[in-house]
This record gives sequence, structure tokens and C-alpha cells, in this order.
Amino acid sequence: MEPVDTRDDSMDSAGLSPWQLGMRRFRKGRLGVIAFWVVFFFVFVAIFAPIIVRLLNVDPYALDRNSINDFGLPKGPLGSMSWNHPLGVEPGTGRDILGRLIYGTRISLLIGAVGTLLSTGVGVILGMVAGLRRGWIDSFISRIGDVALAFPSLLLIIALANPMTQRLESWGVPRGNTAKLTYILAILTIFGWVYMARLVRGQVLSLRERDFVEAARSFGAGTCHLVFKQLLPNLWPQIIIFVAMSLPGYVALEATLSFLGVGLQAPTASWGIMLGDSVRYYRTDTAYLFIPGGALLLLVLGFNLLADGLRDAFDPRSDRQQL
Amino acid sequence: MFFFVARRSFFAVILLFVVSIFTFWIFSALPADPAALTCGKNCRPEVIEANRARLGYDKPFIEQYGSYMKGIFAGRTYGEDESGVHCSAPSLGYSYDRHECVTSLVAKTLPVTASIAIGAFVLWMFFGIALGTMAALRRGKWPDHFATVFSVVGISFPSFFLGLLSILIFVIWTNILPFPQYVGITENPFKWFTALILPWTVLAVLSASTYIRMTRNGILEVMNEEFVRLGIAKGLPRRTLIVKYVLRAALTPIATIAGIDLAFLLGGALVTESVFNLPGLGKLTLAAVINSDLPILVATTLVAAVFIVVANAVVDIMYGFLDPRVRSK
Repeated sequence: MEPVDTRDDSMDSAGLSPWQLGMRRFRKGRLGVIAFWVVFFFVFVAIFAPIIVRLLNVDPYALDRNSINDFGLPKGPLGSMSWNHPLGVEPGTGRDILGRLIYGTRISLLIGAVGTLLSTGVGVILGMVAGLRRGWIDSFISRIGDVALAFPSLLLIIALANPMTQRLESWGVPRGNTAKLTYILAILTIFGWVYMARLVRGQVLSLRERDFVEAARSFGAGTCHLVFKQLLPNLWPQIIIFVAMSLPGYVALEATLSFLGVGLQAPTASWGIMLGDSVRYYRTDTAYLFIPGGALLLLVLGFNLLADGLRDAFDPRSDRQQL
Repeated sequence: MFFFVARRSFFAVILLFVVSIFTFWIFSALPADPAALTCGKNCRPEVIEANRARLGYDKPFIEQYGSYMKGIFAGRTYGEDESGVHCSAPSLGYSYDRHECVTSLVAKTLPVTASIAIGAFVLWMFFGIALGTMAALRRGKWPDHFATVFSVVGISFPSFFLGLLSILIFVIWTNILPFPQYVGITENPFKWFTALILPWTVLAVLSASTYIRMTRNGILEVMNEEFVRLGIAKGLPRRTLIVKYVLRAALTPIATIAGIDLAFLLGGALVTESVFNLPGLGKLTLAAVINSDLPILVATTLVAAVFIVVANAVVDIMYGFLDPRVRSK
């Protein structure tokens, strides 16, 4: 970690919000900034995937039987890399790996972003309600959290994947990967909200006793004002850190589910599908394992370093600044 | 203290009760008809109905739950005539897919998972705490940088990718190790060890990251406490101070997380068992998912939940012994 000099903050930090102070500290951490650009790169690729694919002249869905041999393995070395297929082709189908990698960014980031958004959103709302209402509502929410944490989550996610996807389909969710995606996001939220809710609840319980909240209340501030003007501004840094920390886990989970055989299905392009498929070929076609694996590693590493940088910048208790 | 232990244990039992009801309810509400799964695709309706009655799926939910719970404590016979199968207590159900009592399947696979989990646990605790301590004591020097890089890279590796990578490197490219093939420790301790060394290492690398960070930050936090300054002031040797006082205070919160991590792993190391093809609880679960073998899924979920709940309770109680402030709350 890059040393972050906190001394000069005190010189001209008067009048800066904790948010501005944190952003200033974050910009000084070199690794965090690099990580930000790595993540930004993947987000950019995900958003403009159709255009990038056209520009590079690779097609993620076209089957190219000519570049694989009779055993289904790529003909050339390194997964048959060539000008037509810069990262080679998939064994079995001959689909272009670069094109699938680019499109796969969308699925990985979609699951990461929506999964985190949902579980953080539910967590913040329930934590807020528990902390503000207290009493039986608080006990109720906390006990539900205890039960959710008592379940072996990954095991249940896998055990319920196929039947619950069928059930969703019978409820009218479009068949196939849409239903599966809905299931994955829903179950991630069911198991994922608890930690966020606990964090927010604890913070709200201590913040509500503070003078500024007391003062706002004595002026007759309503719950809405308290939540949005008094409490949330103080919670943002922790929420941001939490989001940055849980994102990489969700991104990796998509791949894990595919690896275990309960994730999305081809021909949709996703890193998880590629990795899950590559297991069958990894001894003979190593490139097919390494390319999506490396991409996933890079993205998750980027998110983790970004989270570290944000935590160093925003968490006052973090002593990593003295590194 | 007695009341604290009693209350905590009572809470754990209630939690297990709720979890078991939930598990049972989720799996019984699935669209899959467990009776129809008892025989293959070309099955006559009479056979399905007979099996439904035999396995108790025709009864209302509460009654099914009741007989399942009774089976755990008293054993259970599936079917009434001479063709009935008896599973002795604790009976976790009968797998129509494998024609075997689920308890005996769990008993066969649990030692494998336990071997994986405990070995990995020992490794990651040792290296995590050692590296974390080194990083904290040499803050800003190369051990610290190494630990930081190691932990962030370790935590970023998708577990199956690291597992496959290790097989490629140590088994396929260099032939240092044979392909992991599980052998019981009582059968051949050496083969047991060589089969498990890779899974242990992979799991340890993935988990050690968290422990390196926690140890490092914990030690640095404790170093600022008054009692450490007192120790320095009265001239305690550095080694005594660190080993006897700082580490002890810094490692208590780590022990709680370690207990829960171990419990999670004991419930089935799904990815690791799958990568290294080890016949543990996780593999049993995955096979059951593919075959829609509901009794096994209910049982493995319950077994894993028991590990988690018990570990939480044990860790809380231990914490209560170590830190008196917790008890009064």
C-alpha cells in the first residue's frame, strides 16, 4: 500500500465533508487509483460490448468448425490463436474466445452489480428500520438474520437452483437463463442482506443518541428527514466500503455456480460458462482455462484493491494509512 | 456463567429447530415430486403411489416433519411390510436413488470432508497468524508488503481456478504429486497425506488471506492499548510482551471467526471436493443435486446447519469465558 500522508489534511481540510476528505485521501493511494481504472475498463467493455465486438471483428456466437479438429480441439497452438481469433477458439464449438470474453463481462458485472445493489439495499432498509423502530420489529428482523446465517448458503443455492428455476418459469419468468439469473439474484439477496443490516442497525442505534440527531428531532424533523439528511450521510462511507467488498464475491460466485453445474447455460456468453466448460478440456487446452480465469482474477483483484483503497480512505479506524 | 451457557445453548436449540422446519418446508414445497423420483422415467403410477405411502410423502407436512424428527432420535422403518427398510437412529432419511440410508452415506463421506477441513484449518491458521504477526511487527518493511500482496491476491483467486491451476502445476506438468485419490487415514496415512496436500494448500491460501489481515490489524490495534505501554514501561522483554499479552488479546476475535469458518467447511467443501474429486459431503450433495435426490439434500443441509449453529454457540460461550464483558450483555 502506498503511504497516505494524513498530516496535510489538517492544514486545509476545514469545511470539507467526510466524503470530500475521503475522496482526497483515496486519490493519493496509487494502488487504489490503478484498481479503479482496471474496474472502469471492464465496465466500459461491458457497456460497449456490441460495438467493441464489431470493431474487433469477432463474433461470440458464430460456430467456426474450421478452426477445430475432429476431436473438437482447436487446431493451432494456444487454443488456435490467429488474426481471426486473437484469443483462440473454444474447443467443441469453435466459437471465438475474445468475443465471448467481451460479452461475458456483461453477465459477470450484471450479477455483481445487481446482486450487490439488491442485498445492500435490502440490508440498509431493514437495518434502518430495526435501528429506528427498535422493540419487537428490531428483534424480529435480527432473528430472521440469525436464521439466514445459520443456513449453509452455497449448499442451499446449489441444491435449490434447478427446482427453483423451474418454479420461476412456471410463474411466468421467461424460460432459460432469464429465470436462472432471477433465481441467482433473488437467493443472493436472501442470504446477503444480513451483514449490511447488522452494520446499519448498529450505526443507527449509536447515531440516534448523538446530539445532532437529537437537535434535528427537537426541531420536529420527521423520519424522512432523519433518514435522508441526518443518518444516511453518515452511513455512506461504510455502505460504499461494504459494496466494494461484496462485489468481487458475487462476480466470482457466478463462475463458481457454473463450475458446479448449476449456473447459466451456453450459448449465452459468460465467464462462468467458459470456465465451467474449460474444466473438461483443461489438460489439453490450457489456454481456454487461463483466458477467462485470468480475466476473472484481474477483475476480482481490481475490485478488492479498490475496496482496500476506499477503506483506507474512508475508515477512520483503518491504521493502514500509517503503512 | 451457568446462565450464560444455558441461555446460549437454549438459543442454539431454538435456532436449529427453526432451521430444520425451514429446510424441510423448502424442500417439500419444491415442484419436484419426490415420489415420482423414486423410480425411473417409465414408471407405473401404482409404483409411485406405493412409494409415496412407503416414504411418508402422502402425509401432511407437519406429520412428515414429526416422523423425520422422530427418526433422528429413534430410527425409522420405511414401509410396513417385510419389504420395509429400517434405518437405525439417527435416521436422516432414505435415499431411493442409492437405496441406502442417508445416515450411512453421510457417515461415509463426513470423514473425507473432515480430513480436508481440519487439515486446511491447521494450515491456514498457522500461516495466517504467522504472516499476520510478521507483517504487524515489521510494519512497512518487506514482510508487511509481502503479506499484503499475498492476502489480496489470495482472496481474489476464484477457488476452483486456483485448484485447477495447482493440479496443472504439481500433477500434470511436473508430476511432483499423484492425482489426488482419497484413501482413508487408517488405511494408508502416506497416501492420505499426498491426496490431501493440494486441497489443503489451496483452501489455506484462500482463507489465510482473511487471517493475515485480521491478525495484522488486531495486533496493531492492541499495540496501542494501555496495558502494552505498561508492559513496555515496566521493562518486559519484547518477546514475552508480544507472545503472552499482545497475541493473546489480538487472537481472541480471530478464534470466533475461525470456528465459524471451520464449521462452514465441515458442512461440505463443495468446490474443493469437486475440483480434486474427493468423495466428501460436498460431492454427495452435488451428486444429489444432479439426481434430484431430495432426502440427501435435506440431510446435508441439516448437517451443515448443525455445524454452523453449534460452532456459533461454542464460539460465543468460549468468548464469554475469555472476555467477561460479553457475559453480562
